[in-house]
Amino acid sequence: MTQTSTLARGGADTSAPARRSRKPTRGPGLSPRAVPYVLLLPGLLVIAVLLLYPIYQMIEMSFHKVGLRQIKAVNPAPAEFVGLDNYDSVLGSPLFWSSLRNTVVFAAVTVALTLILGTLVGLLLNRLGGKMSTFVVVGIMAAWATPPTAQAVVWKWLFDSDAGVVNWLLNLLPDWLSRLLFGRSDWTGEPWFNDTSTLYFVLIVAVVWASFPFIAVSVLAGLKSIPSELYEAAKMDGSGPVTTFRRITFPLLKPVFSVLVVLSIIWDFKVFTQLYLLAGGTTNRDAFNLSLWSYAEAFGGSAPKLGLGAAIAVVLTVILLLITLVYVRQIVKTEDDIR
Amino acid sequence: MNPLARRRLVQVALNAAGLAVFLFAVFPVYWMVATAFKPNDQIFTTSFIPFPSPPSLDHVQRVFTKGVGELPIWQYLLNSTIVALSAVVIGAVFALLAATAVARFRFRFRTSFLILLLIVQMVPAEALLIPLFTMVKRIGLYDQMLGLIVINVGLTLPFSVWMLRTFVSAVPKELEEAAWIDGAGRFTTFWRVLFPLVAPGLVATSIFAFITTWNEFVFALTLINDQGKYTMPVALNYFVGQRSTDWGGIMAASTLMTIPVLVFFLLVQRRMVSGLVAGAVKG
Repeated sequence: MTQTSTLARGGADTSAPARRSRKPTRGPGLSPRAVPYVLLLPGLLVIAVLLLYPIYQMIEMSFHKVGLRQIKAVNPAPAEFVGLDNYDSVLGSPLFWSSLRNTVVFAAVTVALTLILGTLVGLLLNRLGGKMSTFVVVGIMAAWATPPTAQAVVWKWLFDSDAGVVNWLLNLLPDWLSRLLFGRSDWTGEPWFNDTSTLYFVLIVAVVWASFPFIAVSVLAGLKSIPSELYEAAKMDGSGPVTTFRRITFPLLKPVFSVLVVLSIIWDFKVFTQLYLLAGGTTNRDAFNLSLWSYAEAFGGSAPKLGLGAAIAVVLTVILLLITLVYVRQIVKTEDDIR
Repeated sequence: MNPLARRRLVQVALNAAGLAVFLFAVFPVYWMVATAFKPNDQIFTTSFIPFPSPPSLDHVQRVFTKGVGELPIWQYLLNSTIVALSAVVIGAVFALLAATAVARFRFRFRTSFLILLLIVQMVPAEALLIPLFTMVKRIGLYDQMLGLIVINVGLTLPFSVWMLRTFVSAVPKELEEAAWIDGAGRFTTFWRVLFPLVAPGLVATSIFAFITTWNEFVFALTLINDQGKYTMPVALNYFVGQRSTDWGGIMAASTLMTIPVLVFFLLVQRRMVSGLVAGAVKG
């Protein structure tokens, strides 16, 4: 690229043409223009077969009735085209509204809490001394690194009704305070996983715990890139911490925040593993979100309805892609070398 | 209050907040490990026992010998390792080739390819699950670790390419040009010049893909039926379902599953952040 422009400017640099002339002769038999395509081919094939084609198939299946007879290994029956029936069942089901509510409320609360906590911790890390900062970063890394299945299991244990640490902690509260706040004073034996709202409370705690470290570390990386002169100038002008954050930190970190918001929404919208383990599989229909509902229809029962499951997945994907567009636009805008 | 004392007070408050964050983050992980090493009478109690005293290896030994479900845990750890390593090695080759293409060449559809990489990452895995399940069944890869390996290559590839391309771009082009002038062929240039310089980035990308595959749950749950082929997350889920109150054993299994991820994490965390928020963080 650079060489072409030197030439276009009519530069008298003698070494440039010499360098140029060697380049196209490289690689016997393979024209240099074909090279990037050849390099790209294996990866593109993988993406086409394992990601793009399944997306197309998911959409196609959502218009068909696909059950046991259609997926058996020997001599499967052809899928029956049912038009919009699956979508009718999805939108007409009471489970749609409860799953959608669970999905949206969970994502909204979790994204907000994760971002607030993560940002505060990021700001805190930026003001801590070197050693203390490293110490805290290593600590939050432990939460971040815990595999989702292990996260779910650990929080289930912490919220165990009899021997869980959380009930023990709540029992420590003075009786009058506990009664004032929660209307009760004895927490021993309190089950957390029977009720959908308390189950989701535990899920929110678990997911926020596991995802705030990423936000904190990203915000910290962003903060380190802001020149300290700006803060010194703000201080000279008598700006307080809140004003400084609103007028300097936030505007400069806005691109970081918008990416983090969208990534968090995407991750929290489709939470599956932790919910599956906390809810104990697909038996508790009240606790379904869209991901778990789709899974339950397709694989949960003795009569799998893959077409219906695919229709639910399409609805979820459309919601996510609408949000994703914002993310893609943001990245295309900030990443100079993409074009 | 004089300014110096005030500053000191603020610093103390900040450190206290830092400590609180540390404890909130670490305690559940600590509690997992501590429970794994506690004898049962210290687990099933309504009082708070901060340390295993004395520590007991009963649970760890039990998950290794009698096992999780019907098989000893090393079987699942081995399965997970096989799936993750195979997916990572295959994925690394594909990712390196594609990353070189987008970082080193300008060609038609380059931008489209990059945007495609972003978009496919956003499609929920649960949405791909249903069509991939029927596909895997049709071609006879159901209940085979090979099927799981192939799918994990697909799931990790877009992000690997996305992350690796920044490492390839960071290698100065002049080095390759110098090799060309010295008469090195295209392959030699790639193998002797570019590859060694990209290797650290390739390691970071591979570790990230390893963690993703190691943690992957829903495909392993759906595509594997034979217990001898369960990966660790599925085995843990099975264990919880079978013996929901065996907290010592469950925590021992969780600990064994978390350790490799934790080690890898500390190795690559910095690069992971830069890969995920690519471009948005400058500097």
